Amino acid sequence: MLAAAVALCARPAAGGELVVFEAASLRDAFARLIPRFERDNASTKVVTNAAGSQELRAQIEHGAAADVFASADRKHMDALAAQGLVVGPTVFTCNQAVVVVRRALAATVKTLADLPRVDRIVLGAPEVPIGHYTVEILKKAAATLGAEFPGRVDAKVVSRELNVRQVLAKVRLGEADAGVVYRSDAVAAADQVSVIAIPPELNVAAQYPIAQVKSAPHGDLARRWIELVKSPTGAAALREAGFMPCPAP
Amino acid sequence: MPGALTRGPAGLAGSRGGRPLLTAAWALAMGILAGAMLLLVLLPIAGLLFTSSPRELWRGLGDPMVGPAVELTILTTSASLVLVVGCGTPLAWIIARRRGRIWRVVETVVEMPVVLPPAVAGVALLLAFGRRGLLGPALGALGIGVPFTRMAVVLAESFVAAPFYVQAAVAAFRRLDADLILVARTLGASRPRVFFTVAIPISWPALAGGAAMSWARALGEFGATLMFAGNLSGRTQTLPLAIYTALESDLRTAQSLSIVLVAVAVALLVAIRAGARR
Repeated sequence: MLAAAVALCARPAAGGELVVFEAASLRDAFARLIPRFERDNASTKVVTNAAGSQELRAQIEHGAAADVFASADRKHMDALAAQGLVVGPTVFTCNQAVVVVRRALAATVKTLADLPRVDRIVLGAPEVPIGHYTVEILKKAAATLGAEFPGRVDAKVVSRELNVRQVLAKVRLGEADAGVVYRSDAVAAADQVSVIAIPPELNVAAQYPIAQVKSAPHGDLARRWIELVKSPTGAAALREAGFMPCPAP
Repeated sequence: MPGALTRGPAGLAGSRGGRPLLTAAWALAMGILAGAMLLLVLLPIAGLLFTSSPRELWRGLGDPMVGPAVELTILTTSASLVLVVGCGTPLAWIIARRRGRIWRVVETVVEMPVVLPPAVAGVALLLAFGRRGLLGPALGALGIGVPFTRMAVVLAESFVAAPFYVQAAVAAFRRLDADLILVARTLGASRPRVFFTVAIPISWPALAGGAAMSWARALGEFGATLMFAGNLSGRTQTLPLAIYTALESDLRTAQSLSIVLVAVAVALLVAIRAGARR
């Protein structure tokens, strides 16, 4: 009985099913590309698995049947490349951090410098990419906004979330006053939060690499998906979702 | 009847000796199914325990998140146990004693948190006690902010854990012999006296079992806490949240924290079982 249950769950995907492992922040952008891909490749179905990049990496390391991996940071992709689990990763887009503030406080917080004026700040945990970037931004901001600035922000932090969507959800629900998220996430919630840009000299560009998984059951489809993501159509979908081309190194 | 008597022993012997195949097959089938169940539970726990060296585990325990998380977890789960038992016992008593349809509805509603996905439970708690929640304006007027506090951790744990206790207590109170209570009442015992000297002592083992299950559920509570109370070391980061946070950077730390959680759970459950037997 148990064997039957296991067999049922582990049934291999039907032919013509492209499995894309995507960083959670890419969900909206990739969703725009799926109908196009399915139209261009008849009888193909795109199945996505959206999660934190580190979770997706762990799943691939444990043999998940993925065709494409798109990560929200270089670290996890490089780790998979080093183990020979992905082929030829390339950076295809970039994301920026922004401050989001709940609507009622739009007049109070106009720039990054105003952030400590609110009561409840929610940031990403330093262990996850958005939290790591936030720490870097605050460190850089200390040079222009005063050495005590990061400490004043920290004093108002009520939670360090494990992914960027959790940060945004709390500002959206009005429980947190402000948070730091990716522009792509802020775009999805633009009707409920005010978005404040972080000056480019303080900001960091989060690089998003994409690669075919070495053991991809559908290598051909995987290559075509990556081509589409990197094409002008893909770039337009990414731009609409809040991403931007990477700054020249 | 005499025939049955004379045939009885012989028939019994016949069924014992005559169907050895059935007996063996039965034992085998039961054994295989029970073994499969046992393996499914034991293998992952064995994996947790035996796939890392003691030194790695020790290093994981040195993580600065561990101490505050263990302390907070014991504190908040104890508080939630007091809340659940203190308020859940009267609720279970009322549900078990009333016959009305409304009380069947109440009984079902109390079980709802079991089926709610944890993150949904967290959102539900925010929509009740959060700034924009049902009680938000009232709490705000009193200057009380619940989300992102220890209070929120306790509420989240109690919300998801309560059904396990209330269900067990309702079942226990229903099994009480109605005549026993009637006799106690006719002998002049007051309602509180019947409750404390008859109902509670007789139901004690089942109540303790329910409390243990409920405590265990509170210990493992993750999703609702993350949503409702947030994740801040020393303030709202319980062991399960610390484990998840560690998982983002270092699997080994997460693993040693998981072993701590299992150890804390085993210690608490053994203590409760021992207490219940007394």
